[in-house]
Amino acid sequence: MAEHNHDNHGHGDHHDDHHDDGGFHVSFKGYMTGFVLSVILTAIPFWLVMAKVLPSPKITGFVILGFAAVQMVVHMIYFLHMNAKIEGGWSMLALLFTIALVVIMLAGSIWVMYHMNANMMPTPDPAAMRNMP
Amino acid sequence: MTASVTAPTSGAPVVFYDAGDHHPPGSTMLGFWLYLMSDCLIFAVLFAVYAVLGRNYAAGPSGADLFDLPLVAVNTALLLFSSITYGFAMIAMQGKRKGQVLAWLAITGLFGLGFLCIELFEFHHLIHEGAGPQRSAFLSSFFTLVGTHGLHVTFGTIWLVTLMVQVSRLGLTTANRRRLMCLSMFWHFLDVVWIGVFTFVYLMGSM
Repeated sequence: MAEHNHDNHGHGDHHDDHHDDGGFHVSFKGYMTGFVLSVILTAIPFWLVMAKVLPSPKITGFVILGFAAVQMVVHMIYFLHMNAKIEGGWSMLALLFTIALVVIMLAGSIWVMYHMNANMMPTPDPAAMRNMP
Repeated sequence: MTASVTAPTSGAPVVFYDAGDHHPPGSTMLGFWLYLMSDCLIFAVLFAVYAVLGRNYAAGPSGADLFDLPLVAVNTALLLFSSITYGFAMIAMQGKRKGQVLAWLAITGLFGLGFLCIELFEFHHLIHEGAGPQRSAFLSSFFTLVGTHGLHVTFGTIWLVTLMVQVSRLGLTTANRRRLMCLSMFWHFLDVVWIGVFTFVYLMGSM
């Protein structure tokens, strides 16, 4: 019986070697590429903001948001090993669905609340601001 | 576990009719990925709250008054380094080098602890200055968002220590490798969230 268990365990290991690790073939080169890219993509936004390189905060804001989006994609590919093939594409489908929800939620909240703020009556006395929520 | 075994006494070779396909292989990773996506929604809600409330200072201090960007840069670097060291642990795991896995995990844990220490120092400093979460809507949403991320890193670090004990005791078994891969996804996911935090909260709040 003990022999049987051992054999079965060994079989399971073998089995997992071929399938469980399948989506996760990591390489030194992949991690280093991701790391170097993220260092660059992190350093530039910090430099842009701390050295006030661009003429207006609004432009800087859009530029660093762009860098953040690119860096998130870099992390997804090189660190989270995301592609359309692992788990038969279900991981990617879940990711796309989540991104859709996040975009609707973020853009919708900002859009709606910005318009509500714009339509608010002005506060008559700046000192009264202290007592506002 | 219904493997059929022919009686060894009969002299016939032992045959297993059970192919071992009890569950679709790799379903744990998909399940964990779905959990991470739901976690992503939690952070998205907190980001939305910060986007809405982040400029309501109630005549109190703003991000430009409070945030110490060099400190945030150090924090970002710590988290980024912890990501690459965890990657090295994964490479060592693939090569089945247990000692290296433990060493890289320990380094990753130290980077995680450093991140947490700096964040706690920052929170303590803010609260000490009277800029606690109750000061304004901006600070409430700031503490909620950054605090939730910090809480995730805390639990990730606890998980990491637990796995170090598991690996040192049981070795790189199939179960432990699967756990290490789940923690890898969790850890890198937290780094992705931190990209959003340092860009949207700290950098854009300092301008």
